[in-house]
Amino acid sequence: MVQRVTVLGGGVIGLSTAWRVAASGRAVTVFDDGCRTAGSWVAGGMLAPVTESWPGEEELLDLGSRSLARWPAFAAELGDVGLRTEGTLAVALDSADLGVLDQLAGHLRGLGREADRVTGRELRALEPGLGPRVRGGLSVPGDLAVDNRRLLSALRKACAAHDVRFEPRRATPSTVDADVVVIAAGAWSGALHPALAPVIRPVKGEIVRLAGRRGALPPPTRTIRAHVEGRAVYLVPKDDGLVVGATQYESGFDEAVTVGGVRDLLGDAEAVLPGIAEYELVESAAGFRAGSPDNLPVIGWLEPGVLAATGHHRNGLLLAPITAEKVLTLLREGGTP
Amino acid sequence: MDDLLVIAGREFGSRLVMGTGGAANLAVLERALVASGTELTTVAMRRMDVGGGTGVLELLRRLGIETLPNTAGCRGAAEAVLTARLAREALGTSWVKLEVVADEKTLLPDPFELLAAAETLVDDGFTVLPYTNDDPVLARRLEDVGCATVMPLGSPIGTGLGIRNPHNIELIVSRATVPVILDAGVGTASDAALAMELGCSAVLLATAVTRAQDPERMAAAMRAGVEGGRLARLAGRIPQRFWAQASSPAPDTDL
Repeated sequence: MVQRVTVLGGGVIGLSTAWRVAASGRAVTVFDDGCRTAGSWVAGGMLAPVTESWPGEEELLDLGSRSLARWPAFAAELGDVGLRTEGTLAVALDSADLGVLDQLAGHLRGLGREADRVTGRELRALEPGLGPRVRGGLSVPGDLAVDNRRLLSALRKACAAHDVRFEPRRATPSTVDADVVVIAAGAWSGALHPALAPVIRPVKGEIVRLAGRRGALPPPTRTIRAHVEGRAVYLVPKDDGLVVGATQYESGFDEAVTVGGVRDLLGDAEAVLPGIAEYELVESAAGFRAGSPDNLPVIGWLEPGVLAATGHHRNGLLLAPITAEKVLTLLREGGTP
Repeated sequence: MDDLLVIAGREFGSRLVMGTGGAANLAVLERALVASGTELTTVAMRRMDVGGGTGVLELLRRLGIETLPNTAGCRGAAEAVLTARLAREALGTSWVKLEVVADEKTLLPDPFELLAAAETLVDDGFTVLPYTNDDPVLARRLEDVGCATVMPLGSPIGTGLGIRNPHNIELIVSRATVPVILDAGVGTASDAALAMELGCSAVLLATAVTRAQDPERMAAAMRAGVEGGRLARLAGRIPQRFWAQASSPAPDTDL
C-alpha cells in the first residue's frame, strides 16, 4: 500500500520535502495557508554557509557546505529558479568591521577553507557600484544566492507534477489522517508538537526590496555581505534590483515593519552601494525565521508517525536540499525516535 | 567571610552583571552565562517577546539568573518611562536598568532625559539602576533623586575601549553611597579588573563576552578579572613610587 505523508508547512522546507517524498512514490498532502510572513517568502535568498559562519558554529558550516554542494543539481531539476553563481563578497566599512572579517578569515583558514582578503580597490574593480567607504573584505566565490520567490513557485509546480495535494489551511498532527506527518511549519512549528515547543521560537527579520531604474547604476552581480559599524547587512541581486536584509529581533510574532529597522537597512545599504539612492523602494516586509537554541535544524522522529523538519533559522533555503534528502531517508528507514 | 554585592537591600554573590546582546546563538549564550557566574543579567525590553516561553527570558529563568529589564534603544524620558512600565507589567519586577541615549551613533546617555526619567521612575516605585556618563556631578544627581546604583560608562557601548577616564570613575566612587557599577566599554579582563581596583562594586558587560571568539572562555576570564580586581581593592595596594625600593630588608632595618 502506498504510504500517505502529510507535510505541515509549504515554505521552502515543506515544499522541498513534499516534492522529494512524492517523487519517491508516496502520496503527499501539503497544508499551508499561504502566510506572507513565512521566512522563505520574505528571505533575501543567500546560500552562504561560509560568509555566514562564525567560531563555535562549525557543525552548521559543515552541514551548510554539504547542502550547498547539492544546490546546482537541485536547482537544475526545478528549472529557472534564479540561481546566481557569481559568488559573494564580504565587505567592511571601518577598521573594526575589517577586524571582524579578519577574525572570520582566520577562523576559516583554521578549518582549511579558503577566504581571500581583498582591498577596497580590488573590490571596486570587481563591483564598481561599491562606495568609497568600503575599505576591504573577503572574496567567497563558493557562496551563492537564489531567487527565493521564483524557487517557491517552481517547487509548487514540481510538487503538482508529482500529484501533491494542497490544502490551503493550517492543520495539526492530530487533525490530519496520514501514515506520517512531517512538521515543517518553520517558526510556527513550536505550537504543533510538545517536543518542539521549548525548542523552536520565532526570530523576526525585516527586509526591503529595491528595483533599479533607468539612469541608476545596475545592481552588483555578486551578493554583498557587509559589516557597517558593527551592523550586518546583505544585498542580494535579483533580476531587476536588490533585496536588502535583514534585521533580527526576538519579539515573538510581531509582524510590524518598524521605521528604525527600515532606516538602518537603507542607511547601511546606501553606505555600501551609494547608487541605490536612485532605486525604487518596492517593498518592505517582516517575516519569521524558525530559531533553535544552537541555530541547527531539528530533523528527526518526534514520535511514531511524526517527523520534524524545522528550526532552520537563517538557513532554510540553503539547507532545503539536504533536509528533504534526510527526511526521505528517515521515511525509508521507517524508524521511530 | 562573604563579600556580597548589595543593591537596594538584595544580596548577590557575583559582582559581574551580564547583558545578553550579540551572542551567535542561545546555546553559546547559555554556556557564557554559566561560565560568568552571574546572578543578575539585563535584557532589552523593547520588542521583547515576554509570553513566548522560549528565548532569552526562558533561558534566564531556567538558569536561575535574575532578569534585569533595560530600556535600551529609548531616546527620551517619556519613551524610557513607558518601556520600564511595560517591563514591570510583563515581568513583575520593579527593577529597571535605565538607559536613555542621545543618539544612535555614540549611544552616549542623554543626561537631561536620563535624570528626568530617573526621577519619574523612582517616584513611581521603581528600583532604578541608571546607565550614565562618567560625570561625577551627574552621578551625584542620580543618587540624590533616589537611584539604587549609579552605572557610569568606561567608554561607549560596544567599543571595547576600556576605561578612558579612570580618575572620573574614582571620583564617582569616592562620593557615592550607593553601589557604583561600571557599565559599558569593557573590552577584556584587565578592564574589568581595573574597574574593581578603582572601587566599583560590580561590572556590567555584554559584547566583550558575546562577540569574543570563544565567549565561554572570555566569560570565565571576566569573572576572574572581576574577582581579582575586587580582592586587590580590598587588600589595599602599595603606593606608586618613582624610585625603586628593594623588596628584601635593607641592612640597617631592625628586625
